[in-house]
Amino acid sequence: MAETAEHSPEEFKKHLGKYYVVFVALLCLTAITVGVSYLHLNRPLAITVALIIATVKAGMVAGVFMHLISEKKVIYAVLILTAAFFLLVLLLPSLTTFESMAT
Amino acid sequence: MSAHPADALIPHTVEPHEVTGIPNPKFGIWLFLASEVMLFGALFSSYVLIRTQAPHWPPEGGLSSEILNVPLATVNTAVLITSSITMVLAWASCKLGRIDRFRLWMGATVALAFVFLIIKYFEYTHKFHDGHFPATNNFYAVYFTLTGLHGLHVIGGIIVNTFLLTVGTRLWKVDRDQFTNRVENAGLYWHFVDLVWIFLFPSLYLL
Repeated sequence: MAETAEHSPEEFKKHLGKYYVVFVALLCLTAITVGVSYLHLNRPLAITVALIIATVKAGMVAGVFMHLISEKKVIYAVLILTAAFFLLVLLLPSLTTFESMAT
Repeated sequence: MSAHPADALIPHTVEPHEVTGIPNPKFGIWLFLASEVMLFGALFSSYVLIRTQAPHWPPEGGLSSEILNVPLATVNTAVLITSSITMVLAWASCKLGRIDRFRLWMGATVALAFVFLIIKYFEYTHKFHDGHFPATNNFYAVYFTLTGLHGLHVIGGIIVNTFLLTVGTRLWKVDRDQFTNRVENAGLYWHFVDLVWIFLFPSLYLL
């Protein structure tokens, strides 16, 4: 326990502010993504905008709420591997239908 | 380091493991979340495939946002986001040695999870009432499968969080650090459930 960066209660309290900032930002981004959907943009643009907003929100949840901004290397290693396999499972089925999509 | 019997049975519940640099339960929960990414990832991949191959989406015409209830889902998104911050505050209360505050925030987290499920229940029963079931077409199959699996995860979170809020709190008197770590790990799971919904909401309801 000695070598881990333990904060004093006063110091720890200062860190709580960022959770409220992220909370408000998440609510605002939710409002934006719903608002944008009422604009009825063309489909590729709508998908791009919605996924960018969702990724930013997910990044804030993972980075701040789940403390990924300051995590140990082993967790990053696990997540990089997971991300690689996630992309594979996402793209592989679509690639197999690539020929049928072209025709 | 306290020398109570549990230390001999399960090592590294609080002290970081010399290889990973983190306590074992935290490493365990992250490996579990990695497997969860693949579970939801496979279903999401199926959704992309089904949708890109469909001549029309939704098959019955119109827009997803006209078929599903966007206002209710928006409220539910806010409910889950709020439950994420109450979960963080429950953990922070443990860090600050305030078990009374922990009970308050953890109670709020469980209550919000129930609110989410109640809203989901109204959405589902409305669909059933209109004769829309998972077997109706691919759109409803995808919708019920993804939101149903997510709903099961919300129920799982309620079970774990209720345990920590009730009998699980006994550990606080024995080992504060270990209890705080349990709350943190339950939080990691709960934030993940929030994170999944952040992607499900726009891709099912809005696009």
